[in-house]
Amino acid sequence: MLEISARNARGWTRIGPRAIYGQALTALASADPNIFALSADLGRSSGLDRFSKEYPDQFLNVGIAEQNMVGCAAGLARMGYHVFASTFAPFASMRASEQVRMNMGYMREPVKLVALGSGLSMNYLGNSHFGLEDVAVMRTVPGLTIIAPADCAEIQKTLEACVGYDKPVYIRLTGVPNSPVVYTEDYVFEIGKAVRLTPLREVMLISSGTTVGHCLGAVELLAQAGIEAGVLNMHTIKPLDTDALADIAAKARAIFVIEEHTTVGGLGSAILDHYNDAGLSCPPVFRHGIPDRFVETGDYTFMLKQNRLDAEGIAEVVKERLGRIGADR
Amino acid sequence: MEIIRTANLSFSASCLETRRLIIETAFKCGQATHIGGSLSMVELLTTLYSEVLAHRPHEPEWADRDIFILSKGHSFLGHLAVLQQQGYFSAEKLGTYLTNGSDFIAHPVKKPALGVESSNGSLGQGLSFGMGMALGMRRRRQDRRVYVMMGDGECNEGSVWESAATACELALGNLTAIVDENGLRNDGPNTTYAGRVVLANVWRAFGWNVVEVDGHDHEAILAAFHEARGKTEVPTAIVAHTVKGKGVPFMENNNDWHHNRITANVFEECVKALGSEKTIASGETHA
Repeated sequence: MLEISARNARGWTRIGPRAIYGQALTALASADPNIFALSADLGRSSGLDRFSKEYPDQFLNVGIAEQNMVGCAAGLARMGYHVFASTFAPFASMRASEQVRMNMGYMREPVKLVALGSGLSMNYLGNSHFGLEDVAVMRTVPGLTIIAPADCAEIQKTLEACVGYDKPVYIRLTGVPNSPVVYTEDYVFEIGKAVRLTPLREVMLISSGTTVGHCLGAVELLAQAGIEAGVLNMHTIKPLDTDALADIAAKARAIFVIEEHTTVGGLGSAILDHYNDAGLSCPPVFRHGIPDRFVETGDYTFMLKQNRLDAEGIAEVVKERLGRIGADR
Repeated sequence: MEIIRTANLSFSASCLETRRLIIETAFKCGQATHIGGSLSMVELLTTLYSEVLAHRPHEPEWADRDIFILSKGHSFLGHLAVLQQQGYFSAEKLGTYLTNGSDFIAHPVKKPALGVESSNGSLGQGLSFGMGMALGMRRRRQDRRVYVMMGDGECNEGSVWESAATACELALGNLTAIVDENGLRNDGPNTTYAGRVVLANVWRAFGWNVVEVDGHDHEAILAAFHEARGKTEVPTAIVAHTVKGKGVPFMENNNDWHHNRITANVFEECVKALGSEKTIASGETHA
């Protein structure tokens, strides 16, 4: 049983999202012989070393062959296995995107495709390894659930929830070791149900993945400047929690969608699509993410700062935008 | 044409009926269909479904069944004709082919209750899926097998070779690829494998047990399937040399019939061509 506490959360974030993934999956496999882990030669990069040694009959490294991995995962899922297939985000979502579409979309095989190192978290490896478009691509696959856990506790919650979830899921892991902790006590995680991390406020930040932690940091900075802002963790990017969005539309004065992803087709686009299509009257919705270009590469902290996706940057963006609304009025 | 159920027919008569059913269904739907590649695999599929595959048409989701994947999904019409003759569904149901809302469109859409185990159409994907199932069967210690039908044109897809390599590495003796090598792809000859690169050799190079057969020779096909079953530690590729459009002389090796519409006049010609078993036996194989 997962025990979320401040102490455990500190320990988990030191291990980091990728290693927590492997560790959590190994723990789940100890109770479930139907769990099957596939890797496209990134087992060591995702904490699956121990899994492969302890459960060799439930593990396969298909080699550097992501398309093959997704197809094979679908076949294993058809055989009743709970399949978790992992590789870096661009290879999962783009190299193999048509396999995802056919096998997980068209055939609805309930594979859990785990995108490691998404967003900017691959550091100096550069844009070839960044996952800045994966949500946009995966969103177009009908019936595919997309989840981006906010911290290491939520990664574990996500995996637990996915084992018994009979639908295909794209799980997007962002962040690095020591990314901000969001949860220090237990909470209810339900696929498709956003988590409000603060009371509903006039300025609401909606985010997913490890950016949520930076949004919480931004809220503290904004409070110091006299701006009361709140945070909604939209961990499930598809399907969106439309009830939570309706609540925010009804009460907020400004909505910011913060994402470690291109603003083209990401969470911000999804939310705008929803508000528009549902005909909801809502306050201004500002999207803040990676601009439509390849980013200048550096370490993770540098890139978050460059793109104003750390707490300070997010707070600045919110202040600037709010100032502009004020000026317009 | 009157379609006869094949249960009590000789092999050649059964194949003839399948071809008639393909032609008639293509004609009745009034639209262009993938005829050439449907006709080239008739003997392969008839042998498989009649004598090799463990399956129960009246209990299509029988837990112990073998699995057939039509990776060359565009030839679904040929597969449907065989499934109908095997008793998976009625002639009336087949008659819904290419009608609005039908289960049966140009490419397979997964529906195990009708004998269709996977969705295909995007070439080069069936082998990975079949490999996953074969691996699952082995890990679950099930005595079941997976057969994946592919085209030689399909083998242009790089994803085929990703799965071919892994299937060999995994020593999946319960996986058999059937390559319907009719030598023609959409635009004409499959020149990729018509020169220095020999398709059967590529499969050999990937470590597969390769059996080359005349894909219209019943005995040879059956022997190949038996050999595949005997190879427990290596997957087998049955590279079948076939004639695209086989059985209708003016369609044979004529790529106008890769995807085309059968008009009333053409249908009459087909009926005449398919009139006797002698006609069927006349074609030269691609090999």
